[in-house]
Amino acid sequence: MRKIIGIILLIIIAWGIGTSLQEIPFGISRAKLADHYIHNGKEETGAANIVTSVVVSYRSLDTLGEVTVLFLAAIGLGAVLAALKQKSVKESEKASLILSTGCRLLFPLILLFGAYIFIHGHLTPGGGFQGGAIVASAFVLMYLGCHKEKKINETGSILSESLGGLAFIVIGLIGLAIGTGYFLNNFLPKGEFNTLLSAGIIPIIYIAIGFKVGAELSKIIDLLMEES
Amino acid sequence: MILIVTFLVIAMLAAAISAYFFKDLLSAVIASCMVSLIAAVLFFFLHAPDVAMAEASIGAALVTAVFVIAIRRTERYEK
Repeated sequence: MRKIIGIILLIIIAWGIGTSLQEIPFGISRAKLADHYIHNGKEETGAANIVTSVVVSYRSLDTLGEVTVLFLAAIGLGAVLAALKQKSVKESEKASLILSTGCRLLFPLILLFGAYIFIHGHLTPGGGFQGGAIVASAFVLMYLGCHKEKKINETGSILSESLGGLAFIVIGLIGLAIGTGYFLNNFLPKGEFNTLLSAGIIPIIYIAIGFKVGAELSKIIDLLMEES
Repeated sequence: MILIVTFLVIAMLAAAISAYFFKDLLSAVIASCMVSLIAAVLFFFLHAPDVAMAEASIGAALVTAVFVIAIRRTERYEK
């Protein structure tokens, strides 16, 4: 009996989804806002990468919320793992010379690549989140390759995390105080299009986000590795 | 072009199904890492390099690392 009811419900749901999908005209642009971003984004924000102009200029308040969610997740994980703190039971063997040397060689290069991604967020694909994740993956390599020989500097990680978040909000508040006066107002000059020093506050915010996300994700990996 | 995409989608499906059937959890994690990696390549083909970069660095690198750490702490083989 329950199976028959389930099948009937599934048929009704499939019929509903099918009829509503038929109503949507695929391939035709109906979003006026997206058109506006594509055609006027470059002039209004000065960023060559349209995705960045949406993420950090038009929708920067949403980005602030996203950064806050990540911050809360990192704090929650830290609190849970600090409560479960215990000595490691498994003794792992030392990494071989080739592996540890390779890790040490690749580590600064990956860090440099991550920094390049978030500094050039307004010109090339990528940005603060992607660059921060790449920076954290460099720390993952270091932790998995050269086990327990090197650790991240906890003060430095906490400092860059807090200063990154603080810089984001302070820049937003300065925008509120100056000019037309709304939160995260792009108050700096736009500069020459498609150069590194352009697009006003966008590169500054992306560098702050890059530091913050990179420090947070590597802190999470550090906490998890400490436990194992 | 369409051949490459078809091949990638089939490989992605195969990796996803094998991730479900592997008894060795480390192999399952590597298979799910492969799903993320192929998804990143497909995002790039769909002209979304920003999303591809996020998928490759978070989905393929960091999530895999977290799973590997979890396996180190628990057991490697499914019972």
